[in-house]
Amino acid sequence: MEHSLKIKIKNLDFYYGDFKALHDISMDIYANQVTAFIGPSGCGKSTLLRCLNRMNDLIPIIRVEGQILPDDQNINDPNVDVVTLRHNVGMVFQKPNPFPKSIFENVAYGLRVNGIKDKAYIANQVEKSLIQAAIWDEVKDRIHDSALGLSGGQQQRLCIARALAIEPEVVLMDEPASALDPIATQKIEELIHQLKKSYTIIIVTHNMQQAARVSDITAFFYLGKLIEVDDTKTLFTKPKLQQTEDYITGRFG
Amino acid sequence: MAKGSQTGKSRQRREGAISFFFFFVALTSITILTLIVVFLFWEGLPIFSKVSVHDFLFGRYWYPTDDPADFGIFSLIVASLAVTAMSAVISIPLGVMTALYLAESASARLREWVKPIVELLAALPSVVIGFFGMVIVAPFLQEIFDIPTGLNLFNASLMLAFMSVPTICSISEDAIYSVPLELKEASLALGAPQWETIARVILPASLSGISTAIILGMSRAIGETMVVLMIAGGAAQLPSSIFDPVRPMPASIAAEMAEAPFRSDHYYALFATGVVLFVFTLLFNLVSEHISNKYRQVGAATL
Repeated sequence: MEHSLKIKIKNLDFYYGDFKALHDISMDIYANQVTAFIGPSGCGKSTLLRCLNRMNDLIPIIRVEGQILPDDQNINDPNVDVVTLRHNVGMVFQKPNPFPKSIFENVAYGLRVNGIKDKAYIANQVEKSLIQAAIWDEVKDRIHDSALGLSGGQQQRLCIARALAIEPEVVLMDEPASALDPIATQKIEELIHQLKKSYTIIIVTHNMQQAARVSDITAFFYLGKLIEVDDTKTLFTKPKLQQTEDYITGRFG
Repeated sequence: MAKGSQTGKSRQRREGAISFFFFFVALTSITILTLIVVFLFWEGLPIFSKVSVHDFLFGRYWYPTDDPADFGIFSLIVASLAVTAMSAVISIPLGVMTALYLAESASARLREWVKPIVELLAALPSVVIGFFGMVIVAPFLQEIFDIPTGLNLFNASLMLAFMSVPTICSISEDAIYSVPLELKEASLALGAPQWETIARVILPASLSGISTAIILGMSRAIGETMVVLMIAGGAAQLPSSIFDPVRPMPASIAAEMAEAPFRSDHYYALFATGVVLFVFTLLFNLVSEHISNKYRQVGAATL
């Protein structure tokens, strides 16, 4: 593996109140790779994803044990500044969630809340991000119109642009195409291919074909446990465990 | 087959009867409300054969029982607006900030406790608030500000503000709380601190609900009679300071109606004051309607 280690998850346990949602997860995430988390509903894949930018902090009753180490820093350390962490680890959600603002303001939002006031820089960054998210040509003539007027697929690419504008190192995607039609899904998948040149991408998906198409590494979760993780190709063609094979061939799920 | 079509027919007849019944009930209440408005204008308009609209609205002197009488309600209008505006200055920040705290900062348990208590405050009868203002607040104000009377514009505004706060707080809190979690998460995931998220996403998204809350709270203040009757001081004069006694329109109507001879000029003038008050509250409602349409609450992104 020539790619450098980006995030190291070490013996991670996660609790919602008394319910243990993740059991002793350890895995490595490599830079400039697409890592896919697959598994049936409730297996903990989204929970793990949301651990990586501490989005779970919003829920008051959680408890996390173990370590997540991007660049050798444990993000669950109380001294870690969540705001800085989230600058480095961007997120795209399951449902497109643009702000009820203009397209421009949506992308500029992350810059503005970080105190950037330089108008030329913001405009430049907005354009760059929209180009990166492959939506610039569709919106360049109506960049000051409301983002809510865009189609679902466009909204999702806008949300990707919004995440890219603050130049994170890692982009988390929580089933980014599950609410989209096949054509919009295809566009998102092509985009993911493009983006991995500059970013480390972790994607949660229900759709195994999607995982097979877009990812380099796939991790299979079941009931809060990491069952198997391997090169996507290997995992889908020669899984080591019967359980993985049963899931990817659709025998349960 | 024949039986089936017969029950079908009787069912249709029953449905028809039921829908007619509801139509009739709705018609009755609307008719009665319309008749009240018609009556208000009917009894109010005759005064304008004695006084011009301009003199009535902008006349400085309200001496309805003098001979010749003066029917100028400018000072009453100013009093109503001043009391409402001042109570808004007090109640809007209090109500909205309480709502923000409850919806965004308070723990779920505290919220469950505090919100019903705030809503219960709205159930306080206005006469109780008036009484409180009269016997507790008025002497207190009189003493610490060294003013001739504690029954004045400021006291009335303060008490009206306490009446509006529960309305403003409760409805604003609903609006803020119903801002979709997706929007909040989107902002936090971009590294926005909580207060930036509140200021840039949550407040704008709930602006329509908050505006409605404010207008509803203020309509309560402008139409409120008992509190201003008891503690505004009752002097029909243009206030020169916030500690001057004033006589808002509802207080004037309530205080004088029983003494005005039936269908005298004074009687017509009071009804005309009621018309003016009605126009004000109507404007309030139109504005709130307009605002809540313009800044319609935005849901989660639609596909």
